[in-house]
Formats: sequence, structure tokens, C-alpha cells
Amino acid sequence: MAFLQLQGVSMGYGVPGGRTEVLADIDLEIEQGEFVAIVGYSGSGKTTLMSILAGLIRPEKGRVIFDGQDTPGPGPDRGLVFQNYSLLPWLTVHENVSLAVDQVFPQLSESERKSHTDRFVQMVNLTPARDKRPSELSGGMRQRVSVARTLSMQPKVLLLDEPLGALDALTRATLQDEISRIRLAEKQTVVLITNDPDEAILLADRVIPLTAGPRATLGPSIPVTLSQPRDRRTLLGNYDFKQIRHEVIQYLLKARPRHRTTLSRSLVLPDVEPEDITHRPPPLFAKPGSARRKSEMKTESVEVTL
Amino acid sequence: MKTPWNRFDFLLLPLLGGAFILLLWHLSSHSWSGDLPDPAKTWHESKPYVLEPWAKRGELDQGILRFTFLSLILVAKGYAIALILGTPIGFFLGLSPTFNKAFDPIIQILRPVSPLAWLPLGMVLFAKIKGINVTEVAALFTIALCSMWPTVLNTAVGVRAIPTDYLNVARVLKLSRWKTLTKVMIPATLPYMFTGFRLSLGIAWLVIVAAEMLTGRPGVGGFLWQQYNALVYEQIILCILTIGGVGFILDRLMSVIERRFKTI
Repeated sequence: MAFLQLQGVSMGYGVPGGRTEVLADIDLEIEQGEFVAIVGYSGSGKTTLMSILAGLIRPEKGRVIFDGQDTPGPGPDRGLVFQNYSLLPWLTVHENVSLAVDQVFPQLSESERKSHTDRFVQMVNLTPARDKRPSELSGGMRQRVSVARTLSMQPKVLLLDEPLGALDALTRATLQDEISRIRLAEKQTVVLITNDPDEAILLADRVIPLTAGPRATLGPSIPVTLSQPRDRRTLLGNYDFKQIRHEVIQYLLKARPRHRTTLSRSLVLPDVEPEDITHRPPPLFAKPGSARRKSEMKTESVEVTL
Repeated sequence: MKTPWNRFDFLLLPLLGGAFILLLWHLSSHSWSGDLPDPAKTWHESKPYVLEPWAKRGELDQGILRFTFLSLILVAKGYAIALILGTPIGFFLGLSPTFNKAFDPIIQILRPVSPLAWLPLGMVLFAKIKGINVTEVAALFTIALCSMWPTVLNTAVGVRAIPTDYLNVARVLKLSRWKTLTKVMIPATLPYMFTGFRLSLGIAWLVIVAAEMLTGRPGVGGFLWQQYNALVYEQIILCILTIGGVGFILDRLMSVIERRFKTI
């Protein structure tokens, strides 16, 4: 049996009537030591899939089998790196990591835990910033803290949920190299979810496309035959890389039934202090659909169907 | 345009505003409001209380700082009760939708009730208990009950506003309930809690006057009411200014503390 397995997993949100089926009939098998990348459009249910893998939400149908357990709850053995870092803002870099270390290794002595924490802060090259709070760090540094926190738990599988999505291209490249290096050194099992096919092919042993939602499902697994470690500079001209990239993108394009895009922009709020923090319901006799307060309209969006 | 005068705006304009009000006061006392003592008379009559702020000449004839101190002690006690009760209640309201549905309507009804209405209830409530000072306990009851609501509601809002991500971190780490509370939920709620604490302190100080008036306890409010009944109007204004000044200082102190916790 595979190390981490999804069998016929389906998931939807909402009540009958206004229901969205996000994921349908997902089957996935991941062996120990493998690096699998799942590539999909934004909004196709990638984060939902990851939350199911991490045990944060239970699938409505189907089973998650992890290391012989049937649909276990969340735990430190499946280390999830959150899309938006999820660092606790009142703790320093070192404290954020040691919160995890203290919790996962209570049997170690205090000094052993401290050196363990230091080792992982060092691993992501953040020792100079160890006493800074997240608000004093750049996006890339925050994500590295998040990776260090997760790795320090020494999870059996590392789950990366679009970990580099919010970063600029240069920081992204650096962190991709770091993830690749750590993974090869620690022989870590990794599941990466991303919307970037290049990133997936650069890092993973297998790439699996996730079709566009609703009712997203996994496509065929595409093995990446390129040898490790991979060099991003030579990769772009590599014939195999181009082939795999073509295959992934073709599948994703083919699999989208209709492409929908929502264009939205944020509106600048008028510079008015709300007088009361408690929410006021609309007045009793207000006409349905009467104008909302200006300050509540934060975005406007237009949906385009191609 | 920057003239040398602009640099003293922060000092000059408030002084001008104050002078304008003083003028209005003076004119009023000499025209339509015959009983209102004018500023000079007020100052003259208030001098013994201001210049000997710690004097104690009788139970309801003490220096103004001494009265303020007595009032502050009472407020501190009532406020402490409000925080000790209000914070956990807020947490329960924020955590449990059932608890919230059960108690939110009652809270919304009790919240706007004036301290003047609570005090008699307090007197009745504690009248039969031996060995306590009923007026003091009733005053504390009133202060605590009136000032509790901002703490309760802000804490509840803060708990509901804890980002799911933080809670997911706690779940992935398998933190115990207690650790989730102390390591994640309380720190995440602190900024909201302190906003509640500041608003609560403001109300506690508002309530003190009413509580002292009705119970006749020595303090700024009690003194004000006694002087009014004795037809001595000069000190009423002294008391009002004192109450306002102390309230302002308390609010500033709390907002300094609040800002410290905002940065996290």
C-alpha cells in the first residue's frame, strides 16, 4: 500500500441548492521519498485538496490513508507549509520555530530542543534574524520561517501549499533551490501544490495536473525523467523539459471546460472612521437591495466567460 | 504658510478656546443664569479644596485629590471585577455559537441600562447579607455591571476574528486546549481585549458619579451632590472639571497601553 493515498475523495461546500462541488473522485498514491507536484488553475480547489491531505478537513466521500492510518486528523507528522505563512505575529522567528519543536519533541531536554530549533533556523539561513518578529521580515523570509517551522517537526511528509505564490521571481527561484536542496539532503517525501508548471517540473519526480473546478479531478501522472539535482539555467533549453512542460500545459488547457475569469479591483475606501465596531444590521424597513454603506464595498468584480 | 505663530498653535489655540468658554460662562452667570457663580467666584470658593488637596476636615469636606483618590479606589475595584468577569464571558461568547445565541439578546438588553437603574437593584440584592457594607457592594455591583459590556463584546469580536490559519497551526501542532488558548487565542485577541478594557474604564469612571450620588459615599461624585443639596454651587464646577480631567488622564493612559499591544 502506498505511503499516502487518497481513494475516491470528493468534497463540496454549501447547502443543497447553492452547492459547489469542489473536488470529485480524487485518487492519488504517493510513495515514501517521492516528490509529487500537483499543478492546477487558481480556484480549482488546490487548497481544499491540501487541507484534506493534511487532515484539516474531512472529505465528504472517500478515504485518506496515511502511513497505515485511515483518515487521521491533523498532526505534526504531516507538516503543512501554509500558503500565507501563518506565523504567529507576536512571536520571534526563533519562538515560532520553537513552539513547534517544544510541542513535537517534549522528551528532549531544554538545551537539546534549543539546538534543534537553532539548526532549522540555520537551515533556512535566518540565524541573523532569529530574534525578529514576522512583521519585520520580508515575504520571502517569512516563508522561510514557515518552512523551518514545518521541517523542524521532522514530518513524515512535507505538504507545500503554493508556498511561493506570493513571492517575486528572484526570491522564488532562491527558495525553490533551497527546497530542492533540503529535500535531497533529508530524503523527504513532499507534495507540492502550485499553479506554476515550471516550478513543478523543476522540483518534482512526478507532475499531476488538477483540472479546473468545479468538480476538479486529477489527470494522469506525468513522470519527470530529468536527473537530480536540476539546474534551472540549463533546464529551460532541455528537450525533455520542454516535452514535459508541453504535455502538462496541453493537458491543463484541454481539461478546462470553459475558462472563466473574474476581474476584480479593490476600491479605495473613503477616509472615514467607522463610529462603532459592532455590525449594524440594515434598518427594519429598508428596501431590499438598498444601497450599502460605501465603506463596505471593498471590491468590484466583473466575470468574463470565454 | 509658516509664520512663527504657527509653531505655538498647539498651545495657543486651546488656550483661546478655553478663554472663549470662560467668557461665555462669565456672561451667562451675569445675565440669564443668576445662580451660576462666575469663574472668579468659583475659583475663590474652590481654593481651599484645590490648594490643600489632601486635607480632611470632615467626611464630606475633604481636599479634591483626596476625594478623587477615594473615587479611584472604588472605580479600580469595580473595574477589576468587570475585567475578571467580562473577559471569560467574552471568550465564551466568541468561542461558542450556542452560548452566543443564548446570551447575546440578554446582553443587548442589559447593555443600555443606566447605572441609576442598577444601583437600587444592587442595594436590594445585597441587603440581607451580613458583614458587608451594602452601599459599597451595591456601588461595585453597579460599576462592574455597567462597565463590563465593552470588554465582553470586544473580546468576543476578537475571538471570532482570530484567523483560521492560526488555529490550523495549533491543530497541525496538536496543541492541547490549554496551550491553544494561552499560546494562540489569548495573544491573538489581546489587541481587541485592550480596546474593550479602555472603553470599560471610561464607563466605570462615568458610573462612579452616579453611584456616589445615590449612595452618598465620600468621593468626587458624592461631594458634588452634597454641595448641590447644600446650595453651594461653586464646587459643582470644580467637581466637573476634576471628573473630566481624571477621565481624560485615564483614557490617555489606557490608550498608551493599548497601543503597546497593537504592535504585536
